[in-house]
Formats: sequence, C-alpha cells, structure tokens
Amino acid sequence: MKSFRLVWANLRRKKVRTTLAIGSFAVALFLFGLLAAVRMGFRGGADAAGANRLAVINRVSLILPLPLSYRDRLLKVPGVAAVTYASWFGGVYQDERNFFPQFAVDKDTWFDVYADNVVSPEGRDAFMKDRQACLVGRALAKRFGFKVGDRLPLRGTIWTGNWEFNVVGVYDGNRPEADTSGMFFRADYLEERRAYGKGTVGYYVVKVGNPDDAVQVTKAIDALFENSPFETRTQTEKSFAASFAKQMGNVELLIMTIGSVVFFTLLLVTGNTMAIAVRERSGELAVLKTVGFSDRRVLGLILAEAVLIAGQGGFIGLALAKLVIPRLSRALPMLGVLYVSPLTFAAGFVLAIAVGAAAGLLPAIGAMRLRVVDALRRI
Amino acid sequence: MVRIDGKGNGTALVRVRNLDKKYVRGTEEIHVLQGLNLDVDAGDFVAFMGPSGSGKTTLLNLLGGLDLPTSGSITVAGDEITKLSAGSLTSWRARHVGFIFQLYNLIPVLTAFQNVELPLLLTKLSKAERRKHVETALAVVGLTDRMGHFPRQLSGGQEQRVAIARAFVADPTFLLCDEPTGDLDRKNADEIMEIIDRLVREHGKTVLMVSHDPRAAERARFVLHLDKGVLMEAAKAGAGT
Repeated sequence: MKSFRLVWANLRRKKVRTTLAIGSFAVALFLFGLLAAVRMGFRGGADAAGANRLAVINRVSLILPLPLSYRDRLLKVPGVAAVTYASWFGGVYQDERNFFPQFAVDKDTWFDVYADNVVSPEGRDAFMKDRQACLVGRALAKRFGFKVGDRLPLRGTIWTGNWEFNVVGVYDGNRPEADTSGMFFRADYLEERRAYGKGTVGYYVVKVGNPDDAVQVTKAIDALFENSPFETRTQTEKSFAASFAKQMGNVELLIMTIGSVVFFTLLLVTGNTMAIAVRERSGELAVLKTVGFSDRRVLGLILAEAVLIAGQGGFIGLALAKLVIPRLSRALPMLGVLYVSPLTFAAGFVLAIAVGAAAGLLPAIGAMRLRVVDALRRI
Repeated sequence: MVRIDGKGNGTALVRVRNLDKKYVRGTEEIHVLQGLNLDVDAGDFVAFMGPSGSGKTTLLNLLGGLDLPTSGSITVAGDEITKLSAGSLTSWRARHVGFIFQLYNLIPVLTAFQNVELPLLLTKLSKAERRKHVETALAVVGLTDRMGHFPRQLSGGQEQRVAIARAFVADPTFLLCDEPTGDLDRKNADEIMEIIDRLVREHGKTVLMVSHDPRAAERARFVLHLDKGVLMEAAKAGAGT
C-alpha cells in the first residue's frame, strides 16, 4: 500500500499511453457487457423458466395449433396442478419495425400459472371485466408511452384485420432482467373475432404439483395424445425456451468466439504496452532494487500497474455498458431484454483484472529478474 | 584507519579479503579485481581513484552487495555479505547501504520528497515518522523549500543533493558514492563534496567514494589508487585530516 503512490505516479508518466491502454480495456469490457447481455437476452426465457412448468406443443411444429379441448384432458393427468394456454398473435403496431410479442392468453389461469408476471389487483380485475382488455409489460409501456386507458390498435398478420385493445394495466417481472417487453390479451377475444383456427390454441403450459414428477407427467401427456390427429411434444419450459433461442443459430458459440478473440488481442496489446514501459524504466527499476526493493516487490509494482490499468478500463467499459445497453435494448427489441446484471458486471471486472495480471506477468517477471549492475551500466 | 595489506585487527567496519572478480566476454576472461584486501573503519572517508576500467565501480558494486565476487569475502559490520542469498542481500542493502550515483538516478515521476522517502517505504516507520525523517534529510542538504519539486524542476546540483538525502535518510551503515561530482560544474561539485564531507564530520558517516576528480578526492581522509584491479597504495589526503 505504501508503494501505491509509486504505482500511481508511473501510470501518470505517459498519460496518452496509459489512456489508450485503459481505453482498450474499456472498449473490450463494453463489448463483453454487450455480448453477455445479448447472450442473456437469448437465454432470458430459459433462465426465467419455472422448474415446475411444462410446455405442451404440437409434435409436428411449434407453429401448428393444439385443440382447446385438450385443456380438460390435461387437467386430469396425475401430477398436473394447473393448465393454461396461449397463442402467438403476431400483430403490427403502426409499423413493422415496432415489433413486440403479443399473446392471447386464458384470462382465468394465465396469471396463476405465471405468478412471475406481476399485475396489480386493479389491473387483473379490469382484465377480467373487459373482453378487449390487454396488459402491457413495463418495458413495452415505457417504449411506446402506453398508459392505462389507452387504445392499442394492432394490424393482424395471422388473423388479418384491425384489432383494437384497451390497455387496462401494466405488468412487471419479479426480477430486474425479467422480460416485460410483451403484451397479453384475452384469448376469448381472439376466439370471437378470428375467421379460422377456432377451437385451437398455440401451446399449453402445464404446472406440475411437484417438480420431481415433471418427467413422469411429460411422458403421461405425450402418451395420452399419441396416435391422435394432434400429437403433442411436452418438454420443460427451460428446454422450450432454449429451443426457441436456438432457432437464431448457435449464438452462444458466436459470442464466446468473438469474446475470446477480443480478450486474446487485449492480452497481447497490454502485454506489449507493459513490456515497453518496463524496458524504458529498467534504470529506475535498478535504482529501486539498489535502495532495497526486493525482486518480489518490483514484480508486484509492475503487476499492480497492469491490474490498475485493467481495473480502471474494465470498470469504465462495464459502467458504460450498463448505461448504454438498456437504451440499445429499447432500440432493438427483437434481441429481448438486454441487461447487464450485477453478476455480469462482477464477472467482467474479474476477467479484466485477470487479463491485466496475465498481460503484466511476463514484463513483471522481466523486471524481477533484472540485474541491477547490468541495468545501471545502461543508464 | 584504512589498510590494504589484509592485516587489519578485525575491528574494521568493512573488511575485504582476497577479493577477485572476473568477467567472461566471449572466450576472453577479464580479471577486473585481483586479490584485493581492504579494511575501513567506521567514520572513515575513503576515495578510490584510478583510470577508466581499473575496477573502481566494480569494487563499489561488490561492496554494496549489487554484484557477487568470483572469490574472496566482504564483511560489513560483522555480516559476511558474500555468503548472503540474493533476497537477504537486498534487505541487507536496504538497512546498511546508501548509494549516490553520478547521474543522480532520481525517479522522474516522484517529487524530491517522494524520492527521498523511497528507502523509508521499506521500513516500519509510520507516515508521520517518514515525513519527519525526509524533512530532516532535505534540511541537511538545504532543500527544504524544494520538497514538492520534480527532478525536472531542479538543477543538476539540486538533483544530486536530493540523491544524497535519499542515500542517508534511512541512516545506513555506510555511503557508496560513484563519481558523485562527475556530472556537475565546479561550483556544484564543491557544494556536493561539502555536504558529503559534513556527513562524515558532523554525522559520523562512513563514505567510500569512486572519483576521477582530484579535488573531490582531496576531501577524503584516505585516497586509494586502483590500477588493473589491484589496490596500489594508500595515501593520506591533505584535506579532511
């Protein structure tokens, strides 16, 4: 700690070089924050998935419906505690660029099964009373300035025509990174107005009484509808959400590859910067050793410098990511909710420190091994 | 008292016996110091003179524990430093040796105060105690009003005075000076030598100095000549006695 002033003074020696080194860490960590947020956005559904919820879809394809009559049969399967359903609507609000997900849901059961969609009692009450009611997510409301009492018009793409909804409430998530970019409206309104597909739903969500029974219930449901015109594929909600994300390709691998390349480059650039700094200062390091600074202390000084550069740059980059990414998320809603979680922040910061330490290690070892007599002779 | 015959009585602060130093450059072996003996008592001021390449700086480096001899022994205040490990030698250096270089070798990004404080960072002194020591050292060299100045804001003579303060601030057993006036004009050189002389006379420091400058060497109590790695003679200088 007593030597901190020396470390700090050395960092200020070449301000441009230090700023650039800190800047490169800031850029890399900003990118890390962005990639991690995108990854989380893609995995968001999977991470938020309840352990006690199963998704039941048409065995042939997710886009094919299931009969509404399955609901009562599902409820009779041993281990099933509740059943709800939803249908993808795919409407357009004003312009196709204003994409957000809309689901027609069963008004009686949806919010019991999805207790993680938090709605005020007044909102829920109004949702029950008004056939054209809709609930918008907090992020969606913020994005378009929706408020209770507004009329929300959508142009149907699957079920054509103009559809109008009344905003009766705003739902929140039970975690900061929860996806609240969507809208729910009543399935009976869809059923009433649509020209085809009547008596069907997009998919069911089954709540099991005991998560340990999930495998048995899964098998029982699929067996129940085997050899019927609408065979089912039941899976945990996590797998369901993950398979949804996989439709976009192996995003995770892509993100990992980009991230690794960026950090490896950063390692080389910072290592080179530190090596130059040490080479320029070999005379001063020799003087420090002459007055009694041990080899280890000299090693520590160089490592501390590298770590300080990395720490500052990392913090700036991550702070910037935390600030900018939510705005980016609003601009690119198709990526889901982009959010730099505290865990991402902490992981990024630790990663920056580790890269800084790794980059400083070789120059620091060089400084540690520096022979005083040789270095003094070169001054 | 200084002796070079290896017959000191064992009370000397610095005791060198049969010191040899060889360098190998390619296939050539260079014998820099040959069978050197030396006894220096506490409080002595010794100047080593001699032509370039005679081994003066090598001797100073060996005495300061910066380098190891090929053979022979060096004992300082009872510690045989030639037997110490590299790590022990570093901490020994911090406790016992103050170095003054020809080119001052201050850290450019630290102020005069911070440069002088460097050796004290290795001690257990509190911040307040360190401040007191540094202020005292800078007062001795007459730079109290330049504490916050960086080396680039000081003249050569002032830089060397800061370097002297850094060398003795931790109260080392002895000071090693390598051409302390080599980069200074006459006036500044005289001022620097006056400070070193005062450290010996008033503070009882032991100083071993390498110099080409006869006027600087005149200040020493003993002048030894080194030629081709051999200590040739011991002479009592006119001044300082």
